[in-house]
Amino acid sequence: MPKPASATAPPDAEPVSSPRRDRADGPAQADELHIIGRRNLKYEHLAKATGGTKYTADLKLPRLCFGRLLRSPYPHARVLHVDTRKAEAMPGVFAVISGADLPERYGIMPSSQDETAFAIDKVRYVGEAVAAVAAVDELTAEQACNAIEVLYEPLPAIMSIDEALDPEKPRIHEDQGGEGNIHKEVHLEFESPEVGFAEADHVREDEFFFEGNTHAPMENHAVIAQYELHGKLTVWSSTQTPHYVHRELSKALSMPTAQIRIIAPPSGGAFGGKSEMFSHEVAAAALARKAGRPVLIELSREEVFYCHRGRHPVRMRIKTGVRKDGSITAMHFQSWLDGGAYGSYGVATTYYTGALNTMPYKVPRYAFDGVRVFTNKPPCGPKRGHGTVQPRFAIECQLDKIAEDLGLDPVGMRMRNAVDPMSGTVNGLRITSCAVRDTLRAASQRTDFQARFRKLPFGTGIGLASSVYMSGAGLPIYWNPMPHSGAMVKIDRGGGVAIYCGTTDIGQDSDSMLAYIVSEVLGVDPIDVRVCSGDTDLTPVDLGSYSSRVTFMAGNAARQAAEKLRDLLLDVASERLETPRERLRLGGRRIYNRDDTDRAIDFIEAVQAAEARFGTLAAAGSYTPPKLGGKYKGSGVGPSPAYSFTTAVAEVSVDLETFELHVDKVTIAHDCGRAINPMIVEGQIEGSAYMGYGEAVMEEQVFRKGLHKKPSLLEYKIPTILETPALESIIVEGPDAEGPFGAKEAGEGPLSPVIPAIANAVYDAVGVRFDATPITSDRIMRALDRAKREGRIAEPAALAG
Amino acid sequence: MLRLTPFTYVTPASVAEAVQLRKQYGDEAAYMGGGTDLLPNIKHRLAEPKFVIGLRSLREMQSIVREESGGLRLGGSVRLSQLEHSPLVRNEYPALADAAAVISSPQVRRVGTLGGNICLDVRCNYYNQSEHWRRAVGFCMKKDSEICRVAPGSDRCWAVSSADTVPVLLAHGAQVAVFGPAGERLLPLEELYRDDGLVPMALQPDEVVAAVRLPPPNGLRVVYSKLRIRMSFDFPLVGAATGLALDVDGMVRQSRIFLTAVASLPMRVRAAEELLIGRPLTDELIRAAGDQVFRSTHPMDNTEGSIPHRKRMARVYVERALRDFARANPDA
Repeated sequence: MPKPASATAPPDAEPVSSPRRDRADGPAQADELHIIGRRNLKYEHLAKATGGTKYTADLKLPRLCFGRLLRSPYPHARVLHVDTRKAEAMPGVFAVISGADLPERYGIMPSSQDETAFAIDKVRYVGEAVAAVAAVDELTAEQACNAIEVLYEPLPAIMSIDEALDPEKPRIHEDQGGEGNIHKEVHLEFESPEVGFAEADHVREDEFFFEGNTHAPMENHAVIAQYELHGKLTVWSSTQTPHYVHRELSKALSMPTAQIRIIAPPSGGAFGGKSEMFSHEVAAAALARKAGRPVLIELSREEVFYCHRGRHPVRMRIKTGVRKDGSITAMHFQSWLDGGAYGSYGVATTYYTGALNTMPYKVPRYAFDGVRVFTNKPPCGPKRGHGTVQPRFAIECQLDKIAEDLGLDPVGMRMRNAVDPMSGTVNGLRITSCAVRDTLRAASQRTDFQARFRKLPFGTGIGLASSVYMSGAGLPIYWNPMPHSGAMVKIDRGGGVAIYCGTTDIGQDSDSMLAYIVSEVLGVDPIDVRVCSGDTDLTPVDLGSYSSRVTFMAGNAARQAAEKLRDLLLDVASERLETPRERLRLGGRRIYNRDDTDRAIDFIEAVQAAEARFGTLAAAGSYTPPKLGGKYKGSGVGPSPAYSFTTAVAEVSVDLETFELHVDKVTIAHDCGRAINPMIVEGQIEGSAYMGYGEAVMEEQVFRKGLHKKPSLLEYKIPTILETPALESIIVEGPDAEGPFGAKEAGEGPLSPVIPAIANAVYDAVGVRFDATPITSDRIMRALDRAKREGRIAEPAALAG
Repeated sequence: MLRLTPFTYVTPASVAEAVQLRKQYGDEAAYMGGGTDLLPNIKHRLAEPKFVIGLRSLREMQSIVREESGGLRLGGSVRLSQLEHSPLVRNEYPALADAAAVISSPQVRRVGTLGGNICLDVRCNYYNQSEHWRRAVGFCMKKDSEICRVAPGSDRCWAVSSADTVPVLLAHGAQVAVFGPAGERLLPLEELYRDDGLVPMALQPDEVVAAVRLPPPNGLRVVYSKLRIRMSFDFPLVGAATGLALDVDGMVRQSRIFLTAVASLPMRVRAAEELLIGRPLTDELIRAAGDQVFRSTHPMDNTEGSIPHRKRMARVYVERALRDFARANPDA
């Protein structure tokens, strides 16, 4: 038997690990992992690398026709009349639909059923869908859309948080939320923060603003819908949540889920921007039903800016009390979220701006007030780090100020406050594994932080921040007691292994993760494994690729399924080898005696014997999180079976003449429990850091005259490789007892500390605080001008006035 | 997706044939070099030509030739990447190679042409948008409306000249060979541009920019600096070409300062040029020239970036270039 390719990782490829290497798993695999922890090739890597992967818009179906949405040109207007007759009469047009055809209301949160596929009485943002056309080609569809006559009565538009809070302004939704344009209010208090503020030696209050931004996946949203003669609907869509699309589409179309099949083809990125059903998905299905042909709708980048559910702009005010030694006595956190025109995930986002603020530092007394408002902009929702990135920016910048106020070292102050493993928070969150101190140590030592902080020449700086994130939300979007993830594993007589799981691989390599875990359990090579994912007909439910839940939850489900089959194989192997099961190990496509490795049978031989004895070798596994969270309204947001922890250090330089900010390097130490594949974990850390860098220095979703000001990737700036800082990832391992092979998340957590680390480094460089994102050259120029005028900074020779 | 409207692509064998085809098809036709300007405009429905006359394959427009004067003749269809990498250009007109190298992305430079950059349509973030977006804003003066959206009370269009190579070519005193129905005419490149976003070029619709003629530098050195948010893909938010020739005694003999992306034409800052002539490059003089640049620059809110920062950077880039010149001539 040739040695598996996966066993050839170079010795220096091992991740940096914390001193604790106690194994979380059963003794059967304690010291001899074959696959886990190695730099294996990614599942189907060659197809991705060579352009062979077929994305949704690449799929070809016979008689395919092309759909297009007509979108509102008004930010806020009554829809008085929609006349589609001219469009319907055009040659080459197969179907035209509008609001009246799809009146059913839906929304991803059960409490926010405020959307319809097309605007019915009102349009609430520029770009909201009003009607749709299916035609023989895209140009005909475009012309037919232009032929639809819509009569609007424009209404005043609400374009800011302040306007939305004004009860005198017109309401965007008559039947949603509270006074004015308030969508959701949250008020939580734990252990009387006032007592903590009274105990404090120093109380600091600051206000911050985090600008809205977008996910910018390479692949624009696309969908193909096809009705079959027997009345079943198949939808291929670039989504990260096929299960939720399945449920929502059933509601929007008034059609049972049993008649609907959602397939998530390979994805060109999502980052939270494809985690609910969108109007183009309903439109494609309804057009396909009406036209009797499959319909493709592929959004333009501008349309993605309308449907994407970008990161909320959030204004924040924090009051924090500390003792002289820097220990936190209390925190009061307030947030105002600019939600855009509909609810989307916004109720959850509102809670998330408060829920994880009691980590990674001990906050013994805590209050949170959150308000989400409706505005006449595209709805906001989840983006990588959902609702926790904005408060993390604010908290870490404020901690930097507090450390300076008290004359404390920012690393030491964080160490002092860091939460402990196997502890809990004041708002009822359970903490299990936790290596936040190791991440602080690793990142600060690697960058020689303490020796350089506040000691670099004017114009260069170094900054640090830490953070926490969930390994999956503890509760589903809709309440139910069923598993969050299910997986089936089947072994073929020839030794091939197939995994069926509802996960969607959106580039985070969840397919690879499933292949590695099942390969490890069964002792095969990942190339023996085929993964069938993201298909509601063929695979058990997985809730979706959001909240960094997939490795933890689907990984556990797949491991459980594989272990059921492993046990059958061990039964027959034990008999054949006349060896007790406890001494048997699986690896290298063999089952062998731990103490006498030549005593072995081939995997295939064991498989055939097991199938002969037990019948078809197939098993299902599932994962349901333990019961988590406090007993108060809103306690469902924040609990997770495990949390990841991160520390980032940014090194920057500012050109004092042009005010250009260069982020020279970002070093990120991330506690992911155990790296199932260190190469992929590093990819996730680097991708997160890159995205955080963009949000820190250039990305902004802004509006002018009611319109998105930058609805293209030319104008909306995301960084290119040329300005992206050097990135160094440090994997910190502290295995989690409940994670699969000890693993926790790595896909989102590393993003949030990067932004405040950069802001803190800019302060270290030029002595001016930036409490709003993005930190652009223009803002640096204005702030330095002001500081100079006010005599707050000495005038360096190079500062041109 | 944004899609092109259908058109017939024709490939003439000579510039004369191109002009002939343009005459034949009339206003339904458009010339195209690399298409990196025209095709996005078609996708935005800013132009809907029925015929596109391709200039990119015309042999006679593809070469870089040494002229008798000692200068260079650059064909209109020379690729931007050729300018970037040509040893002749790099050695004798380094600022031109620098300017070409900071245009958009490597992919765009491989197809984009010098003639295309010279004829780049003026840009405005109320104009370079999809048909849906422009309809939502009520369209603008440059297409389908009477109102300029960046200056609603204005009777003119303020779209912005955004070419990177043009200020450098102008600083070098380039001429253009324009080919039309009557044959080739030669004129100073500066005369090709008008301060009017609606009709930004003094070029007849059937005329082709066949070539650019650069005089020998003759001691004139030019530096090009560009402000952009990213190191690739981005149009200039402001760009400055600063040209200077010094006498043996260190006095400024010749100075030419052109800014891009702050007006509808590549803007010459004559007041700053005149200030420098006949004087030594002292810190005070450099500062005074910078003041002139700052005072002469009036960007509008129709590109990326902020007005104050763009205005300040025009000054910084010119002052930096002048300081570099002064440093290179310690006698001055």
